[in-house]
Amino acid sequence: MIELKNIRKTFRVAKRNAGLKAAAKALFRKEYTEIHALQDVSFKINDGEMIGYIGPNGAGKSSTIKIMSGVLTPDSGECLINGRVPWKERAAHVQEIGVVFGQRSQLWWDVPVIDSFELIRDIYRVPEEKYRKNLEDLTELLDIGEIVKTPARQLSLGQRMRCEIAASLLHDPRILFLDEPTIGLDAVSKIAVRDFVKTINREKGTTVILTTHDMQDIEALTERILLIGKGKILLDGSLEQLKSRKSTHRTLTVDYVGERLPLLPEMQVKKDLDGHAEIVLDTEKLSISDAIAHISAAAEVKDISVAGENIDDLVVSLYKEFAL
Amino acid sequence: MRKYLSFFRIRFLAGLQYRAAAWAGIATQFAWGGMSILMYRAFYQSGQSAFPMEFSQLSSYIWMQQAFLAMFMVWFYDNEIFDHITSGSIAYELCRPCDLYSMWFVKNMAIRLSRVVLRCAPILLVAALLPAPYGVTLPASLEAALLFPISMLLGFLVMVAFSMLVYISAFYTISPNGVRILVTSVLEFLAGGVLPIPFFPDWLRPVMYALPFASMQNTPYLIYVGHFAAGDALGGMVMQLFWVIALVLMGKGWMNRALKKVVVQGG
Repeated sequence: MIELKNIRKTFRVAKRNAGLKAAAKALFRKEYTEIHALQDVSFKINDGEMIGYIGPNGAGKSSTIKIMSGVLTPDSGECLINGRVPWKERAAHVQEIGVVFGQRSQLWWDVPVIDSFELIRDIYRVPEEKYRKNLEDLTELLDIGEIVKTPARQLSLGQRMRCEIAASLLHDPRILFLDEPTIGLDAVSKIAVRDFVKTINREKGTTVILTTHDMQDIEALTERILLIGKGKILLDGSLEQLKSRKSTHRTLTVDYVGERLPLLPEMQVKKDLDGHAEIVLDTEKLSISDAIAHISAAAEVKDISVAGENIDDLVVSLYKEFAL
Repeated sequence: MRKYLSFFRIRFLAGLQYRAAAWAGIATQFAWGGMSILMYRAFYQSGQSAFPMEFSQLSSYIWMQQAFLAMFMVWFYDNEIFDHITSGSIAYELCRPCDLYSMWFVKNMAIRLSRVVLRCAPILLVAALLPAPYGVTLPASLEAALLFPISMLLGFLVMVAFSMLVYISAFYTISPNGVRILVTSVLEFLAGGVLPIPFFPDWLRPVMYALPFASMQNTPYLIYVGHFAAGDALGGMVMQLFWVIALVLMGKGWMNRALKKVVVQGG
């Protein structure tokens, strides 16, 4: 159970104008500007949930993760995770969480990955039996049996990321923070990572909080989304809610036999060529089932699919709506 | 405790990988030790009586210094720690159920010791075979032989505890280089790295002995070569113990303060 209430965090950043004169001046008097990384962030996450935490760069995602993992102390506000305040009971708190920072590495650079794993085992005092079992499961699920004997410096990014994720789960954390875990990965590795995250969420009931810029991650993994922008939570809801909130337009893609599709007035044709048509309709005026019924009655349909608004477009338009 | 041992182990093993660097280091240290001894020989030939140590004691001092250089070298820092602070990777270390100060302390000990292990034996072996006043001799007495290892350990802890302060300063300065250069040059001098402390003028020595730097390499080596009589040796070791405790307390206090207002850099 994670509960944040009115969390605020402000950073002071040294600032100076360009040029030699300004640089000389800064030697004697530094000017600071305040950056309000988080202003009044509140939310609640139940055990076993899988949350997509999204927002543009600089919105405050990483700051929130750092506060929840006990690395940063907020200026004000309350944060309770499994009944503990992270920055006050850091040692006990971190024993129950796993963190993957996609842009940093926790593996020791010049020793085989398995040595890093053993170090992590000792750091978290994981009992030998449990360690062996977890290691076995993780190596199998993430398919890293072959690569754990290689030094981390010789791994590809995808291999390394799988090892990083394994490393953060060796101590059976109840909560897993994934900060951009798929950044820079190829399609195959991304899918492997997603499948794995899904599996542990389902089978172990691990609460997963995922920040990402990859909308496919969100689509594949999370049911609930928190959108943060300019340090505030803007939206909290399911992906479906977000989609429908934004748009009632759907695109029907139809493959059929025949010359041209007979259309209803509510249908808008984007493309209709050689038995392949793309039709946009407003679901408030015409329901999807009615549209499909009409089309299949009028032509011999080979294939038909319905697509909502592309999720990338959705997020961009949400960012615009909130003027981020 | 076990986690810190594991930390020590992984860093120690990683340090042992760099064999070529060790051979290069051994060669350099031989050259340096040999040159120093030849230089002092020229001075000593002009008159023995003006010097505070016998020439053979001085040779031993220099060879010990070269053999255990990695334990006490003041210019050496673990760049990984600076990187972690300046790049923000420290975020990972902060979400471990460990004390960061102890973790870094152990890491530093491990990396320095791994270097010494590879280097000290060949240097000592060859230096022991050199003809009499130029080589390294056995400890000056049974007492010296017993006190020397303890004093080495204490001196090593003083060294590491002091370098921790330099690491912690990186939380405040972003670029640690300025502090490092300043500290290195002053420290090398005051620790007896350039010139053994007994060679300094009478009025300056008390000041140097009051500072923590004399408690690093100076005390154990002077015990080894027999420059310190039993009473002086114990006094020196009490001083060492005092500085270990004082520097560790200072470092821990400063680190806790730094972490409270830490800004993890980047992303």
